[in-house]
Amino acid sequence: MTDIAATAPVHGHDHAHDDHDHKPGFFVRWFMSTNHKDIGTLYLIFAIIAGIVGGVLSGMMRLELAEPGIQYLHGWAQFFDAAAGDTQAKHFWNVMITAHGLIMIFFMVMPAMIGGFGNWFVPLMIGAPDMAFPRMNNISYWLTTVAFVMLVASMFYPGGSGLGAGTGWTLYAPLSTTGSVGPAVDMAIFSVHLAGAASILGAINFITTIFNMRAPGMTLHKMPLFVWSVLVTAFLLLLSLPVLAAAITMLLTDRNFGTTFYDATGGGDPVLYQHLFWFFGHPEVYIMILPGFGIVSQVISTFSRKPVFGYLGMAYAMVAIGVVGFIVWAHHMFTVGMSVNLKMYFTAATMVIAVPTGIKIFSWIATMWGGSLSFKTPMVWSLGFIFMFTVGGVTGVVLANGGVDTNLHDTYYVVAHFHYVLSLGAVFSLFAGFYYWFPKMSGRMYSELLGQLHFWVFFVGVNVMFFPQHFLGQQGMPRRYPDYPEAFAYWHHISSIGYVIMAVGMLFFFVNLVYSLFAGKKAVDNPWGEGATTLEWTLSSPPPFHQFNELPRIA
Amino acid sequence: MKSLKTLVIAAALSLGAMGAGHAQAPAAAPAAAPAATTTATPPAAADAAATSDAAAAAGDAAYVPMKPVAGVGQPIDAGIDFQPQVSPVGEQAYWFNHTLLLPVITAISLLVLGLLLWVIFRYRAAANPVPSKTTHNTFIEVIWTAIPVLILAVIAVPSIRLLAQQYEPPSKDALTIKVTGYQWYWGYAYPDQGIGEYVSKMLTEEQAKAAGEPYHLAVDNRMVVPVGQQVKLIITGADVIHSFAVPALWTKMDAVPGRANETTFTVNKPGVYYGQCSELCGVDHAYMPIAVEAVPMEQWKAWVRSKGGNPDPQAAEPAAAAAAPAGPVPAVSTTAPAQTPATAPGATPAASPATTN
Repeated sequence: MTDIAATAPVHGHDHAHDDHDHKPGFFVRWFMSTNHKDIGTLYLIFAIIAGIVGGVLSGMMRLELAEPGIQYLHGWAQFFDAAAGDTQAKHFWNVMITAHGLIMIFFMVMPAMIGGFGNWFVPLMIGAPDMAFPRMNNISYWLTTVAFVMLVASMFYPGGSGLGAGTGWTLYAPLSTTGSVGPAVDMAIFSVHLAGAASILGAINFITTIFNMRAPGMTLHKMPLFVWSVLVTAFLLLLSLPVLAAAITMLLTDRNFGTTFYDATGGGDPVLYQHLFWFFGHPEVYIMILPGFGIVSQVISTFSRKPVFGYLGMAYAMVAIGVVGFIVWAHHMFTVGMSVNLKMYFTAATMVIAVPTGIKIFSWIATMWGGSLSFKTPMVWSLGFIFMFTVGGVTGVVLANGGVDTNLHDTYYVVAHFHYVLSLGAVFSLFAGFYYWFPKMSGRMYSELLGQLHFWVFFVGVNVMFFPQHFLGQQGMPRRYPDYPEAFAYWHHISSIGYVIMAVGMLFFFVNLVYSLFAGKKAVDNPWGEGATTLEWTLSSPPPFHQFNELPRIA
Repeated sequence: MKSLKTLVIAAALSLGAMGAGHAQAPAAAPAAAPAATTTATPPAAADAAATSDAAAAAGDAAYVPMKPVAGVGQPIDAGIDFQPQVSPVGEQAYWFNHTLLLPVITAISLLVLGLLLWVIFRYRAAANPVPSKTTHNTFIEVIWTAIPVLILAVIAVPSIRLLAQQYEPPSKDALTIKVTGYQWYWGYAYPDQGIGEYVSKMLTEEQAKAAGEPYHLAVDNRMVVPVGQQVKLIITGADVIHSFAVPALWTKMDAVPGRANETTFTVNKPGVYYGQCSELCGVDHAYMPIAVEAVPMEQWKAWVRSKGGNPDPQAAEPAAAAAAPAGPVPAVSTTAPAQTPATAPGATPAASPATTN
């Protein structure tokens, strides 16, 4: 694909582009944006801010959990409400776990992966001038912003026992209906509604773009794997989010209009909510990781100087994961009292997902096999991703067994599992993508030294933080507890130390970010050499405001 | 504590209902006199029984809450493994995890790690400056699809078997305990023994220390079960969803309002087994622990009597009827006509404990 540069329009390059770009003024450009790259940048900035908020919340939780007993909650609760007592303090804990979960999922990982990298690079990789619906793209971004503001604001409104929604990110009824009086939970539900609507609009946009705006010659089977991953993700969003919207709308009517969808005294059933929620919730897990798969595929291929091994297998493994992801939801509900036959089915179906996931892991290794590997920062993040995601994946196989999950459900083992696939999986792939595309997006190189330091310190930190949580879970430590028996203190303490190490790693990231943006070396069009074969590397760094005015042709 | 009065009334009601249900209880009938000494028995019967059987009253005093043993039924400091399992299902599940799952997942993780380290070493740019152009190998792709399928099939068989065993329908003579999750404590009732619901709340730090129990796990009133007897829990939630969990018994079942969930366990060894609420239920989610005390059958019966219940429900009915010949319960005698003449008050006081479920 590198020969495309020859046919790319001349004015798409370097010094010439300023004259042709016609960038609008600041306000119009950033607040009424219709440019996919600007919207992608907005999403990335948004995700970094949300990530800081969510990360600070997790730091507060790890601080509280570092020792048995409650040390800090009262002070924090009094920050929001001077009259806060014991109840409000413990309620604040539930508010923190709720906000941490919702923020990291809806306002950090999803905006970064799909809104940020998806917006930036799907059009570039398929040779399109922009997204299919630029204005819809803009409203999708601003809905996400309003959703985030709504969620943060909910922490200042009454939510039952104190300020804020303390229902957990899953918003299980009846705790989220009769169990939490006050506007905070309504606000949290509205927030999820808005974020969901934004994602549905985004999904429509991506599907339309990918199906209709590929450059001549770019068949579906020639698309880069990152585009494939976003396509599958968009379908998952499109099919699962309406179910969530329905589920939480019924929460709203149960709360405010006297319906009893989830209230047994009126003929409803709390478990109905869980089925609807997890019908969305499980595909959501893949929504968060599939674009990461795509990013890692691009990075591994680039830094191995070798095409992806088993391209079709890789693409259809993602399709398979997406399809099977829709029929395994009740493995989140092994203890709600389902019939044993249902548990057997969900056990078997869940384990099936390990097969396409295994195909991906082995294909990445096979891509490197015989390659010529250079270990730049994006590559080390991707290597870390493969191993950490494997560890998170195999504990998923353990949890898939309904009989074993009886013991481990809602313990720290589950917390460890999903942080391995998300904090060490999805987030590693985000950093891989960030370093990989930073030169393209900003026009400047990042500091390799700081990038490597970021990786190694973060890698040690998250492992120290999350690996002991397997032990806590096996010992019986339940999730969502602000306080615990003495016997759990040791591993909780280690885990909190891990947080501090991780936070130091993040310092390198932020220093690197600021340094590189203002003082980084100018990036060339393709800083990664012959391994980087996708279309974005044929453009200048950063790309012109409008690219591919003349469509590239794919041989 | 809910008022004692309501408990007594509830116990009396359920005892009466149970008596009607078990009226045809066969040969055990004559042996039941001692069991009648309960606070729940109608006054006339209680008087008669109390005078007829002092041994039972002595039995009441025999129940003393068991001291927990460190490392059993509770987490241990810096522990990394599952808690020691004391139920057949737990032992099987633990075996499954440690003999099959853990070795398999460790091997897979190490295999991936090994392959990664190998490609990092062997195919680094310095060692392999010219990359190969290989992009396909159908054979190896089939292999790495088929082998995981086989591994999963091997895992699935014992996994499904474990589920089948775990949720086998309970036997007829299982001890039934009704568990209700409240914000934020547990309620336990033994309908067949006539023990009305009593509540189980976490001890404060001082109380737990005084009792020599771990804070956050110790409760005021435990669920007490007999060793070796299958226990069937009927679990529901009163307000929001809670989850009844005891790690050492490999038991966890959500307490969902409007549903009666059933789960079973059998405890092999006497001991105190702690657990904690395992579904977010609001402010004091972390402060509603569970304590299951498993004791030998004799002690359990003593505990039942101390709670005002009747440990031998099948036998109790005719005895109660016989103990109160002049009492206002004429209907009862007609339900068990065959036994009535043979069971004079206090006729066979010593025979009771032999008849167990």
